[in-house]
Amino acid sequence: MQDKPFNARDWSSHPPLSHPSYKSTVLRAPKIPLVPLRQNLSELTGPVFGHESLGSLDHDLTKNARKTGEPIGERIAVTGRVLDEDGRPIANTLLEIWQANSAGRYIDSVDQHNAPLDPNFLGGGRCVTDGEGRYRFYSVKPGAYPWGNHANGWRPAHIHFSLFGPSIATRLITQMYFPGDPLLDLDPIYLATPAAARERLVSRFSLDATETGFALGYAFDIVLRGRQQTPMET
Amino acid sequence: MALKQTPSQTVGPFFSFGLAPEQYGYAFASLAGSQLADASTAGQRIRITGRLLDGEGTILNDALIEIWQADAEGRYAHPADSRSSNAGFKGFGRMGTGTDPERRFIFDTVMPGATAGDGAPHVNIIVFARGMLNHLYTRLYFEDQAEANARDPVLQGLPADRRATLIARRDRQSAERVYTFDIRLQGDNETVFFDV
Repeated sequence: MQDKPFNARDWSSHPPLSHPSYKSTVLRAPKIPLVPLRQNLSELTGPVFGHESLGSLDHDLTKNARKTGEPIGERIAVTGRVLDEDGRPIANTLLEIWQANSAGRYIDSVDQHNAPLDPNFLGGGRCVTDGEGRYRFYSVKPGAYPWGNHANGWRPAHIHFSLFGPSIATRLITQMYFPGDPLLDLDPIYLATPAAARERLVSRFSLDATETGFALGYAFDIVLRGRQQTPMET
Repeated sequence: MALKQTPSQTVGPFFSFGLAPEQYGYAFASLAGSQLADASTAGQRIRITGRLLDGEGTILNDALIEIWQADAEGRYAHPADSRSSNAGFKGFGRMGTGTDPERRFIFDTVMPGATAGDGAPHVNIIVFARGMLNHLYTRLYFEDQAEANARDPVLQGLPADRRATLIARRDRQSAERVYTFDIRLQGDNETVFFDV
């Protein structure tokens, strides 16, 4: 008995492959349409990373790279649920996160932006959802940073998220933005997303998630592909 | 369906310390890397190597490649595979193209077996890069599995002139089993990418 296949990628939710105002898509987008592939065992499976994959500080970016003290910046707690399209929680699934520091500088040696590195901040972390699909991690709010895509271009503050879900078909890499950021309406990457779907990328300030005297809370739910309702023909 | 999918966004240029920290020399443990097999892994040892090229033939140094494959007996390390083994072969690899001087991805693994209900032995590949708003799926088949390839429903369902883009070439100069698989995102001999 084989598991039901996953719903297709919903192309009314995802950005197009080519979006010329984000210039580097132009030479990196296939010109030939993607070939539909009937999901078989190769696509119904994927790597499994559970709680045993995590180090004890992986979920706390304010602590996992300390050398001399605390990282500089506004502490945040980010929480939410990972769900499928039918609203079912996706339990025990890995989230990998990475981000710039509070000054808008990545530790990545490729990043040459003239803003300070923080000796106490890496910017990488991980967590695994609980039985109800819930995750939570701590960090500092990332800064905005300039990029060379267009004149005076700045990326809005964001945190990168990578998820597997139950199979390689549910794989997703995305970016979480912050509410009310004036750079969103100027950002070709955010704007490449269909208008009706964009707001799903913006987290919500949450007083419930805010920890008294410690960190501001942001809520961000993530929806991965669900299963088709009828089994695949064989 | 009650909810809508969260949109994809690009992996961007600065994923190294988050997704492949050990490969790039950051002090953070990697969950996966380019070595899928160790001394205890059963099966024929192989190396898979290749480059990612854009529409002008430029080799990308900021891409991330993930591979997902069955073990030598065709079993995926996943509960949906009823034949799934506990042998310890996870079948998942991840490598960025920013550390090799020739900007290659290089995976040391074992030749996958044919999987249940599927065709010829193959490796599933997911491609991410700056400038890619969505990841792409492709498959690698092996040149010296010609008979199985000829019966593979996915390969045979493709236009004949595009099949070759999914066939990894065996390096006859090497004493080891090395397969080369370049991925062309766009242009002449554009690789077949699947809407999974």
